[in-house]
Amino acid sequence: MFKFIINRVLLMIPILLGVSLVTFIIVRSIPGDPVRVLIGFDQRATPEQIENIRRAYGLDQPLPVQYLRWMGHVIQGDLGSSLRTTRPLTTELGLRLPVTAELTILAAIIGSVPAIVLGVAAALKRNTRFDWLTTAFTMVGISVPNFLLATVLVLIFSFRLKWLPPVGYTPFTEDPLQNLKTMILPAISLALPFMAVLMRFTRSSVLEVVGQDYVRVARAKGLPQRRVLLRHILPNAGIPILTIAGIQVAALLGGTVIVEQIFGLPGVGRYIYEAIANRDYPVVQSVVLVMATIFVLVSLIVDVLYAFLDPRLRTR
Amino acid sequence: MAASDTKTLAASSRVARSEGTGGSGRGLWAGILRQRLAVIGLVIVGFFALVALFGPIVAPSGPTEQFSEYRLQGPSSEFWFGNDEFGRDVFSRLLYGARISFQVGVIAVGISALIGVVIGLVAGYFGGWVDNIASLLMDVLYSFPTILLAIAIMAMLGNSLANVMIAIGIVNAPTFMRVIRGAVLSVRRTTYVEAAISVGGSTSRVMWKHVLPNVTAPLIVHASLNFAYAVLAEASLAYLGLGNRPPSPSWGSMVSSSYGFLQLAPWAAIFPGVAIALTVLGFNLLGDGLRDALDPRLRNEHG
Repeated sequence: MFKFIINRVLLMIPILLGVSLVTFIIVRSIPGDPVRVLIGFDQRATPEQIENIRRAYGLDQPLPVQYLRWMGHVIQGDLGSSLRTTRPLTTELGLRLPVTAELTILAAIIGSVPAIVLGVAAALKRNTRFDWLTTAFTMVGISVPNFLLATVLVLIFSFRLKWLPPVGYTPFTEDPLQNLKTMILPAISLALPFMAVLMRFTRSSVLEVVGQDYVRVARAKGLPQRRVLLRHILPNAGIPILTIAGIQVAALLGGTVIVEQIFGLPGVGRYIYEAIANRDYPVVQSVVLVMATIFVLVSLIVDVLYAFLDPRLRTR
Repeated sequence: MAASDTKTLAASSRVARSEGTGGSGRGLWAGILRQRLAVIGLVIVGFFALVALFGPIVAPSGPTEQFSEYRLQGPSSEFWFGNDEFGRDVFSRLLYGARISFQVGVIAVGISALIGVVIGLVAGYFGGWVDNIASLLMDVLYSFPTILLAIAIMAMLGNSLANVMIAIGIVNAPTFMRVIRGAVLSVRRTTYVEAAISVGGSTSRVMWKHVLPNVTAPLIVHASLNFAYAVLAEASLAYLGLGNRPPSPSWGSMVSSSYGFLQLAPWAAIFPGVAIALTVLGFNLLGDGLRDALDPRLRNEHG
């Protein structure tokens, strides 16, 4: 198993290098001069001044040199700084990552609990009306765009019932209750497709285990249904469910771009969207890299967990 | 495991081929019609295609025509789905918007399929370092959150409808590549491919004549499911103001531009949103049904 983990970690290196290269190429191909962005509409800037700025940011160097420089800084934990605010990106991310992390974790909790409970129930009551309804629900869940769900939720809970604010953010440390009020609608909007995918997968994964011989034996020797479920079905169905849940949590990161935009949350998703609109190169470059790295890390953790939990891999 | 996969695939591609040659598509159609949800999907997709084709012809007014005295008016006998903040007819705009969604779906899926099939075919057929490099490339693309990568590509290419299709096409290509590569790997081991190679068939001939026809079944299923994805992605990008900016009647941008008037005129944002959800649902249901119909192993499970 140790060998498996080492291999898995080593595989991460070329992927991350590839990710950084693709990010760099895309960002550098975005048309428009970053120096123009930096000086804004100040037409008084002389060519010498522009040249100086270019040199200060290393933009006068050949592209491969720029790439290597960037990577060198990133490895040392220096993500560069924003062209607009000139604040270091690590500071900016320190402020915004917690927002996105809270949103993602909240969505994962809101989504996974009903997904697993209903998914297991649907599999056990296979081919009943309940099972059919759950299937229909999962199909609708993966089809509704999160901005539509957000729109409907805002309409109901903010405008009609006036229970929750339609937009805005309060830090958790300032007022935990108000924080939850501002986070709950975004989290639900983000959670729906996650819940649907997980529910569907839970159902099929439990169905697969239910058909196995050892479950039939457990039933045949007269174990009560509860015990069969807890001791034989769930531990075996649980491992693949965990894998999918992990991958899907990582996928939630992409959804934050839209959801944070709708609800005006100052998270990473909104930050990167604004940075692209403003052509703030260093921000786009480094934040996309950070997001992709988180994605790769989560899938690594899931794979390693899998190896720990699956006895067949553990003994190897 | 590998053996049963090959078997499934061979059986499923037989169904696909009997459909493809135009003779009796009964196996496939019967398979789809047996499932209630898939039938609903088929009806939705058919309706959507009709609207995309003929919508602009039957639309009561133009997509940007403004009836200023009806601004933010609710649904009426004259304007079925109400009017938006400029007094435009939401119903007519929806009819025009269907064409945009359909167009983006077809072309984006076409691009993904082209990239995915070529790379997946080559990677699965040759294996070795070719496979390693292709797989690494696809793993790299796969590591980006999809919407984020699409936004970044849009920023690089510029904001236009054509670039939306390209961006979505690139972003979804890795999943096609994985599906095709997996299918090719198992077809590659079959005796008929070995036989074709041993009687001296050229590599391109074997790939084109013997391998490709046998991976069409998973390709069709994946294309249908991916259409749903592409429509959703286009709507999301349009929502963020990428590709189809107002006043274009793209469903996604209709939702976002009317969001500010949600309290006064919810219909202007909700109807296009529901149109997106219904269309995506249709392709998802159809794709699922196709998969079950083309995969006998799953069909028995539902039986």
